[in-house]
Amino acid sequence: MDFLRPASWEEALAAKAEHPTAVPIAGGTDVMVEINFDHRRPEYLLDLNRVGELTDWEVGEDSVRLGASVPYTHIMEHLRGELPGLALASHTVASPQIRNRGGVGGNLGTASPAGDAHPALLAAGAEVEVESVRGSRRIPIDEFYTGVKRNALAADELIRAVHVKKADGPQQYSKVGTRNAMVIAVCAFGLALHPETRTVRTGIGSAAPTPVRAKAAEEFLNAALEEGGFWDNGKIITPSVAKQFADLCAASCNPIDDVRGTASYRRHAVGIMARRTLTWTWESYRGTAATTEGAA
Amino acid sequence: MRVNFTVNGRPQEADDVWEGESLLYVLRERLGLPGSKNACEQGECGSCTVRLDGVPVCSCLVAAGQVEGREVVTVEGLADYAKERACGHRSPEGQDSQTGEGTELAPIQQAFIDAGAVQCGFCTPGLLVAADEMLERNPNPSDADIREALSGNLCRCTGYEKIMDAVRLAAARQGEAV
Repeated sequence: MDFLRPASWEEALAAKAEHPTAVPIAGGTDVMVEINFDHRRPEYLLDLNRVGELTDWEVGEDSVRLGASVPYTHIMEHLRGELPGLALASHTVASPQIRNRGGVGGNLGTASPAGDAHPALLAAGAEVEVESVRGSRRIPIDEFYTGVKRNALAADELIRAVHVKKADGPQQYSKVGTRNAMVIAVCAFGLALHPETRTVRTGIGSAAPTPVRAKAAEEFLNAALEEGGFWDNGKIITPSVAKQFADLCAASCNPIDDVRGTASYRRHAVGIMARRTLTWTWESYRGTAATTEGAA
Repeated sequence: MRVNFTVNGRPQEADDVWEGESLLYVLRERLGLPGSKNACEQGECGSCTVRLDGVPVCSCLVAAGQVEGREVVTVEGLADYAKERACGHRSPEGQDSQTGEGTELAPIQQAFIDAGAVQCGFCTPGLLVAADEMLERNPNPSDADIREALSGNLCRCTGYEKIMDAVRLAAARQGEAV
């Protein structure tokens, strides 16, 4: 095994081009487990800790450019306002020790269907900025996950940053596990209201081969909210609409039975989480709308 | 490969380090610092918790090569670290004893003993490092703060109640001292 220690992003790209099999390591919270347990013996480890810019973030007009290695702890502490869904998801990651090391870049690189950040990224809307010596490109989050622990990266590419849309409305995140800390999700659900476009976006984790959006459920809800004038009148969402939304979310899963839970449990739980996160976010939206109206 | 870094205030050099080796292995097997415990090797138990540039991490998940040029504090250096923090400066030489023998205990260590928070002791080093860091950030933690800060450290003996007592005790004593 060789340990590559690039001191800059350019050096990292050059190293990855020269050694496409090199495994990038940043927080190490996935890679080191595999090495410790002898599940993986990469020829090259490509350490990204010395590339300082990867732990920087910039808050722009419409989105946040989040460096690939920004630890979850920083997302929770500094980006709760701009990225509430991702901040909530970050808070459910493992433990403080792990959140101090791990970041969204690693979650995307591993591309496990159970990765905690994915549902929040799918719901918020995001693009993954990847680069190689050949050039840079941005991959829409919907096209990033290609299979179980597979993603759209080419062999010579590295993840540099994630561009996540700033919240324009309430966001929620929900995760099912056996306790509050140190759990891999049995399943997870992210939901974001986008009042500017009058749309709702979702993200489901651990209930299909890849993280997915519940697109049929989104379309149904968008139409129902529009038809009922809900965005304007701020009324409580009809229980039958919420139920239909939850059922469609459950139906968009394609889960398996495994040690953490059965497929039918996962489907059921996703439906429950969908209804709850919709209720929470909508209550918050109504509250904000009422306040704004009162002030005007 | 060779790795140069600072451990408990002292420059250290580890030789013949395998590239896939963890910081935990280097500390225990190459530098003679067995205080950080090796249990799960997957970041679940927290018994290998150390401070890396001040930040609590699982040393089993840090590749040895990643600590080049960086600063690590282990449970062996906790007493000195706490002392320096209290004095507001750092002793130039680091401690005499690398294994922490002969040094006074850190307040958090004394509180664990006084509260009876140590049973088999295997989880204790990780809990001490994590608890000490929390008290540095948050001198008046609520019970929820303590539980959250220690949520990455498993103890199979105590049922955590005595550990909670110990951290509350250390916080109270810290408050009196000011």
